[in-house]
Amino acid sequence: MRIDTCGTSCPQPVLMTKKELDKNSNTNEIEVLTDNNTSKTNVKKFLLSKGFNIEIIEDNDIFVIRGIK
Amino acid sequence: MEKEKILQEEKMNFFESKKGIIFAGAVVGIVSLILVALGNPKNMGFCIACFERDIAGALGFHRAEIVQYIRPEIIGLILGAFITAFAGKEFQSKGGSSPITRFFLGIAVMVGALMFLGCPLRMVLRIGGGDLNAIVGLVGFVAGIGVGIIFLNKGFTLKRNYKTSNFDGYVMPITAVGLFILLMAAPAFIFFSKEGPGSQHAPIVIALICGLIVGALAQKTRLCMVGGLRDQIMFKQNHLLLGFVAIIVVTAIGNIVLGSFKLGFTEQPVAHTDGVWNFLGMALVGWGSVLLGGCPLRQLILSGEGNSDSAVTVFGMIVGAAIVHNFALASSGKGPTANGQIAVIICLVFLIVVSLANSDLMKKNS
Repeated sequence: MRIDTCGTSCPQPVLMTKKELDKNSNTNEIEVLTDNNTSKTNVKKFLLSKGFNIEIIEDNDIFVIRGIK
Repeated sequence: MEKEKILQEEKMNFFESKKGIIFAGAVVGIVSLILVALGNPKNMGFCIACFERDIAGALGFHRAEIVQYIRPEIIGLILGAFITAFAGKEFQSKGGSSPITRFFLGIAVMVGALMFLGCPLRMVLRIGGGDLNAIVGLVGFVAGIGVGIIFLNKGFTLKRNYKTSNFDGYVMPITAVGLFILLMAAPAFIFFSKEGPGSQHAPIVIALICGLIVGALAQKTRLCMVGGLRDQIMFKQNHLLLGFVAIIVVTAIGNIVLGSFKLGFTEQPVAHTDGVWNFLGMALVGWGSVLLGGCPLRQLILSGEGNSDSAVTVFGMIVGAAIVHNFALASSGKGPTANGQIAVIICLVFLIVVSLANSDLMKKNS
């Protein structure tokens, strides 16, 4: 599952991630794209709190936060 | 394995940690006490709304003679955020997320703040000074945030922003430098209060340094008065709220030590006792700030980071302050004005319209 939150700022990216996870509660893998540091940190914290392991890749000003259970 | 790696990384980044946000809150509290001790109005070490109002007055946008001064704290906040954002490679020119809506939301937030007599940051400082009217304001603030969250959960968004020209992000920091030059040069067309709150201020250099420190810390930690309560209610995350609480605890202790803690409703500095309008004023601020994505302090910080939507919001607040004083909407120690009460109601209606028009409730119909 991949969610593109680029351009939106907090709390939207976390909210979008939360909505997707609520819809698909069995998800074991998720990718969230954001283009700002604040949202990167917040999404990271949110996914960690949901029990995901996190890997962050930076690509051309865009952060890909990959969460795997 | 991976998780452990990340957790270690979190420990290393002090400013993202809970200790970091508590530290930032504590510093804001201490700096506020210092500014009051050195001349700022009581419980007004920082007040983003009041200080932007003073700047509007100094520039002659309104002619309320007691609230005219170019506050160096505001200049410092913008430049402090700019410097740390730039050094930390977080400076990005961005904008285009419904700017004119944000401009008017800025006006509405200012109308609410000057009904209550303070932005969310000053509300916190007033609580730390024992002003119980600010507790009433806080209840309104939470209620306003709650209403805003309902719309966030219904899909409210002002839509995404975009990269703008590199120069665009520098406009606000340059403007801050320009304001500082006007303050130092003090040409005849700039107004400085000779009495009242506008005449009460800490020495320029100290106020500027205090602004720089708080601006830098707020940029690094994302300190936000609205964000704290919002994240707590929406996501049960108390991170930002810890900064909010730290400011109250530190200023309360500081005021008790300095003998300036005065518990009660009456005779509080630059405040009035009309509970209903304290509540509604801050409800307007809370709701409007949730729609904007951050409190007035956060808007200033973001404007220093290159976010032109936040810069537009700051100018909305400055224009809002001019409107508030030109139309006699601002409260005083005696209480709210009838014009101000009408304006708060109009702004609340405006927020309903903005909230509905930008959430899923209306989009499905169109």
